Amino acid sequence: MLSRVADSLYWTTRYLERAEHTARLIDINMGLMLDRSRVSAERRWQRVLSAVGAAQGLGWNDDAAGMAGEPGRWVGVTTLVHALCFDTTKHASITACIFAARENARQIRDEISTEQWQRLNGLFHEISRLRTAAPSERNLAEFLPTIIDGVHLFQGVTDTTLSHGEGWHVLRVGRNLERAWSITTLLDVYEREVFLGEDSDDAGEYLEWVGLLRICTAFEAFCRVHTSDLTHERILEFLLLDPDFPHSVRYAVDALHNALEAIQQHTRTQHGGELMRVAGRLKATLAFAQIGEILAQEPIRYLRRILEQCREIHDLIYTVYIQYSVETALAV
Amino acid sequence: MTTVPVRGAFEHPLLRDYFMDAAFDEMFDGDGAIRPHYQALFTELTTLPPEEIRRRKQSADASFLMQGITFTVYGREEGTERIFPYDLIPRVVTGEEWDRIERGLTQRITALNLFLHDVYNDQKILAQGVVPREVVYTCQQFRRQMRGLRVPRNVYVAIAGTDLLRLNSGEFVVLEDNLRVPSGVSYMLTNRRIMKRTLPSLFRDYGVRPIDHYPQALLATLRSLAPEGRPEPTIVVLTPGVYNSAYFEHTWLARQMGVELVEGRDLVIHDNVVYMRTTAGLKRVDVIYRRVDDDFIDPLAFRGDSILGAAGLFNAYRAGNVTLANAFGTGVADDKAIYAYVPAIIKYYLDEDPILNNVETYLLTDEKQQAYVKQNLEKLVVKAVGESGGYGMLVGPQSSAAEREEFKRRIEADPRNYIAQPTLSFSRAPCLLEDGSIGPRHVDLRPYILFGDKVTIVPGGLTRVALRQGSLVVNSSQGGGSKDTWVLGTSQEAHAFASSR
Repeated sequence: MLSRVADSLYWTTRYLERAEHTARLIDINMGLMLDRSRVSAERRWQRVLSAVGAAQGLGWNDDAAGMAGEPGRWVGVTTLVHALCFDTTKHASITACIFAARENARQIRDEISTEQWQRLNGLFHEISRLRTAAPSERNLAEFLPTIIDGVHLFQGVTDTTLSHGEGWHVLRVGRNLERAWSITTLLDVYEREVFLGEDSDDAGEYLEWVGLLRICTAFEAFCRVHTSDLTHERILEFLLLDPDFPHSVRYAVDALHNALEAIQQHTRTQHGGELMRVAGRLKATLAFAQIGEILAQEPIRYLRRILEQCREIHDLIYTVYIQYSVETALAV
Repeated sequence: MTTVPVRGAFEHPLLRDYFMDAAFDEMFDGDGAIRPHYQALFTELTTLPPEEIRRRKQSADASFLMQGITFTVYGREEGTERIFPYDLIPRVVTGEEWDRIERGLTQRITALNLFLHDVYNDQKILAQGVVPREVVYTCQQFRRQMRGLRVPRNVYVAIAGTDLLRLNSGEFVVLEDNLRVPSGVSYMLTNRRIMKRTLPSLFRDYGVRPIDHYPQALLATLRSLAPEGRPEPTIVVLTPGVYNSAYFEHTWLARQMGVELVEGRDLVIHDNVVYMRTTAGLKRVDVIYRRVDDDFIDPLAFRGDSILGAAGLFNAYRAGNVTLANAFGTGVADDKAIYAYVPAIIKYYLDEDPILNNVETYLLTDEKQQAYVKQNLEKLVVKAVGESGGYGMLVGPQSSAAEREEFKRRIEADPRNYIAQPTLSFSRAPCLLEDGSIGPRHVDLRPYILFGDKVTIVPGGLTRVALRQGSLVVNSSQGGGSKDTWVLGTSQEAHAFASSR
């Protein structure tokens, strides 16, 4: 497969995963604002911004913090949410993500299935229609589910219409790396802001914790394992280390490792050693970790270490498959 | 020219707006009688209920759109893709007519390749004054870098798409040789696929000669031009990218041939060898079917600002490590001023008379011819030699006095840059109009010629139609469309075919 094609495939699903995550993040937080809460609107949305904008270094982040207008100035929920949804000049906005995903897919239109293209193109046109309308709650109520459904549909036709060969595995790499990254970032924000924060009102906490699980589509799955008895430890364990739940970091990293292995077999590359080592180490770290140990040490440091390794994997994917130097490629 | 409505046996309501004048009509002869090879088609069209024709047209439309057979560049944000306008009534060419076209095109491509080889090597034809040196040297497409360079099998033009017109006499003539990166072949093949579905039984009864093997023939041609010592060559199609108006065709051809579609940025040149960058490492490339113009193909050798090509490609080519089809510098042979010399070129290399004639052409570098042209601008068409696609031309009869003055000034300032031709009256073929009736529209014909170890011309081509009434411009950028071209067997074959059924 051409490196350029792999590059576009990788970013198509990364951007789609990001759009879906951001859509759910906004949706749940809009819902949480309906209940009386000690969390001020300003703090809540700063938290959201941290969760979507702390991605420095992987090369897609811009000034997500600048979403709130001038630094330090609070612009109000409506303006902020509208920008997060529709502002194409903000790289973290949902619309920008969907446009970028479509642009990547368009460059390689003949490499993906017609059904995939139609889903993505349909989503693009639907968004183009919604973003031109005046900002309103109804508009958002239509927009956010459209994004989530659209990404799910794309995912579905990807699995049923595209050959499960090299390209399909590249799509899985993009999706799962993004997922591991965004869930870890979210946990990092909640560790600092919620679990260790000053809000100790029980009712407030309960709502926030349910919110966190819902952002990860994890509430029902969590209850099935632990009942609705929420504790900091159990939530962190579930979202970080659960082996079966698709939005846990461990599950995403397993899938990522698995896809990278498949790609290595397809390409028979001789240069994949370091990449597989780093990915394998991350996989093992999560497989053998215990939540008690993580909490006893500094959980934030543990999360940061995962983010660093994700970044390393991203860089190595580029070095091995996409932007390798001619000298390395010819010296076998 | 007087316009006469068609009378007599053809007062069918569908033909209510049909008319004829001096221009050759593909369906009716001069007396208004149906040409025999159009009879079955005519019968089918006039017996099908109008709503059935409409239904088939709609289903064909949907099919084009669904397959994404679209054209025109689109803006960054809004994807406006339009389907390529096409016409459902095929253009029928008899086996005898085709036979002459095929021989004529083979002769022409052979002579033009010999010409290119000569111009870039010994230059005998220039030394003997058959073609003046200054005409070649002043051609913008003449590439000094190609002097003395060897190309596989001495084939410079491997893929050509020659534009033919049919004059009032019924004779096919060559309007233009497109020897650089001719496009449209994907439309020829998709038109055919749609027509087979739209008029299946008629298609079968006609015994139309197949064209579907074009991608295989193209692949075989490219393979035959591989550099020496590369028995299993890797072939790629090089596209300028997704913003090019012919991008659909590039992806389509790559897919049909089963080869990679690459952009300039996918190619890496190391030690004068071309590689493409894949996830499995660098893979050597042997033959490039390039759909990028000369100027843009290598920023080191040609335009430094080009981002479409690959740096170092020309050196790899010069070293003989990669084949480009077409070669660099083929544009010197389809220059509109060189065109005037093609009959002489054929005579010089092959000692034959041209089978397909040229359109009469005035060279403005010749004082006498220039004087004539300037006095008769309102009767002539003036074309800039470097332009194509219907741009930069003056159509005398439709021009204003101010426009003619403007062109007179331009001709005097740069006579080498223009040629003039008489305003041609070329043939019309029946087309299905918007209102469901059938009317005559001007058509040309672009067959596609492949030249590798042998010459291959699939029997057919792109018939382009000036869909607007009265229009003579068939280019898709100017409101033109296309239709399928049915080439029949010769009459003996047809006989054998009919009795075998």
